[in-house]
Amino acid sequence: MLTHPSQLTAWKARILEESPVPKKTVVVSNGTCGRASGSLAIIEAFGQELERRDLRETVGLEVTGCHGFCELEPNIVIYPEGIYYGRLKPEDVPMVIEKTILKNKVVDPLVYADPKTGRRYALQKDIPFYRKQMRLLTEDNLRIDPNRIDDYVLADGYQALAKALFDMTAEEVIREIDAAGLRGRGGAGFPTGKKWEFCRNESADRRYIICNADEGNPGTYMDRSILAANPHSVIEGMIIGAYAIGAAEGYIYVRMEAPQAVRQVTIARDQARKFGLLGKSILGSEFHFDIQIVEGAGAFVCGEETSLMSSIEGRRAVSRQRPPFPAQSGLWGFPTNINNVETWANVPLIIKRGAEWYSQIGTSKSKGTKIFSLVGKIRHAGQVEVPMGIKLREIIYDIGGGIKDGKKFKAVQTGGPAGGFLPAEFLDLAMDYDNVVQAGSTMGSGGMIVLDETTCMVDLARHYMHFTQEESCGKCVPCRVGTRQMHDILVRITRGEGEEEDLARLEDLGDSIRVASLCGLGQSAPNPVLSTLRHFREEYVEHIKHKKCGARVCKELISLPGQEARPTDRKAKKLKHD
Amino acid sequence: MTGVEMDDLLREFGRDQKHLTQILHKVQAEYGYIPPQAIRWIARHVNTTENEVYGVLTFYNAFRLRPGGKHLVTVCQGTSCHVRGGARIFDEMKKELGVEPGETTSDRMFTLETVNCFGCCAIGPTVVINGTYFSQVSVEDVHSIIAEYRKRK
Repeated sequence: MLTHPSQLTAWKARILEESPVPKKTVVVSNGTCGRASGSLAIIEAFGQELERRDLRETVGLEVTGCHGFCELEPNIVIYPEGIYYGRLKPEDVPMVIEKTILKNKVVDPLVYADPKTGRRYALQKDIPFYRKQMRLLTEDNLRIDPNRIDDYVLADGYQALAKALFDMTAEEVIREIDAAGLRGRGGAGFPTGKKWEFCRNESADRRYIICNADEGNPGTYMDRSILAANPHSVIEGMIIGAYAIGAAEGYIYVRMEAPQAVRQVTIARDQARKFGLLGKSILGSEFHFDIQIVEGAGAFVCGEETSLMSSIEGRRAVSRQRPPFPAQSGLWGFPTNINNVETWANVPLIIKRGAEWYSQIGTSKSKGTKIFSLVGKIRHAGQVEVPMGIKLREIIYDIGGGIKDGKKFKAVQTGGPAGGFLPAEFLDLAMDYDNVVQAGSTMGSGGMIVLDETTCMVDLARHYMHFTQEESCGKCVPCRVGTRQMHDILVRITRGEGEEEDLARLEDLGDSIRVASLCGLGQSAPNPVLSTLRHFREEYVEHIKHKKCGARVCKELISLPGQEARPTDRKAKKLKHD
Repeated sequence: MTGVEMDDLLREFGRDQKHLTQILHKVQAEYGYIPPQAIRWIARHVNTTENEVYGVLTFYNAFRLRPGGKHLVTVCQGTSCHVRGGARIFDEMKKELGVEPGETTSDRMFTLETVNCFGCCAIGPTVVINGTYFSQVSVEDVHSIIAEYRKRK
């Protein structure tokens, strides 16, 4: 139990004294992707082999969360050199110990080779995937076993909290976050300092803060990775935020589809309680704050803040009109501040290193780094953390290694079901909140799905519409009925039953749904359709007029060899709402 | 399911509606589904109506009112899996099991479900069976994976 901030430093010194850093440490990436690719067998193999050779005392074996390079899971890094081996198999383990651990030699066949150039990179930091990143939030993932609070303390964890509680007033903390230029990482990009100030300035005898970890956008997984790999960074950010806002209770709403995140953040929360970092008189100060963890129940709409609050209250997660905004009337009618996981994780960093340092990273209006999930038809799929303002081309080609299987780049989808598409003409776009919106998409929470020539844009628009119409909470008509109508039209088009007027119908419906829906889910639901209509209209026309799917995805429109394509004069079914 | 069992199960939760979804998670973990008779106990515990409990549990995808099969097969329908051929995997799984999502095979061996994203997008298409992740699943894999579980009985 810590009762004074100086005990944090003493704790760190004690850890270093009691367990000095071993000469060699093997770090195994054991996130969700790692486990799915066999990391548990690697850990077991290292455990057994180190035991057999009586090396358990001298060689460290550290199990961590996600390292980011998901494509090459299971992977390990050997310190102090930082030697990286990807796609490891249990049978490789004895050789790694024999050569790298005992003889300091690199096992050449296990070294990463750039598929484009063939060049080999033995060290993790040299690999092109990592070299262009700026891993302010994710670098510690390589050093932290999420089960051990000691590892977080060793990485100077909770020092920012001590600084905020004892050297800064609540107003100073808010000013620091504001001066840093931190904007909400959930997608809207609202200035975090301003949001905190609004909530603090509401007069009330109770205030709440919430961490939105209901990361629902398909193809997006940085939030659950942060929670699973470095949960204390989020908890520390929340305690600092609660102090600044004046909240005594916080909630982490985490989606059930991320069981590892739920587990790790619960373990971390319990540890923080045990050591007096949560609860009464935190670090001996006069500040009290505690966190409850609420597991979601599989409803996408809960990512929308008003629905999320309904869900925490134990009700159906239907959204409601804003204003009043949560800062005025949120959980149970009290002022509430909601931020996304990545936003909270940035807070300790800013307090520790200062707004001046932080605000030098990024562009004039978007500061700091952003984590993207780089997935789809990309060679090096994974999680990448880059400074705001980096060019899309650098992310896709320099870090991501370009398109898989020698195919051609078609577009990248950003912002999930609320976002849009950036075709090749935007490759030199500097990625920040405002530029992406200007280009007709949204940054969203950081999903980046790369598409190549084998992706049918009409089918993909249908996929998104299917998603939003299923996930609509059903409260307001434009969203509930409108998304269904758009979906049905898209289904017809992908079946070769589309009419020329359908494109105007889609645009018309899309505009109405955008304007008339109650919450963000409905207001943004037509975006993928409208965006594909803008950039890839010819594909729609091809489906409707020529009954052809160029990408050969739409089953009904593909003619098998030796078969005629389906007749083009097929009568289209009448629209239901006509 | 008995009243005594329910009382035992509900004891750890507060009497406020904010505990409702967590209670439903717990009941489903215990029985594999929400037994319809349990609704009355739950409603009484959190001081609300049976209607309200029913409304909440049917709103969320997580809860089932009918028992599932022995193995829960969940196919990812996320966008990243979709562009990597996830739709074909899903079609194949439906054919292989002979059921639609939400349904259980007649021998009660498999329940098929879908999910909007598991968050291991870099290694899709993904299928999860009873919490075990299968990555980069191909159409052929669908048959061999299910055959493996059929053998286990």
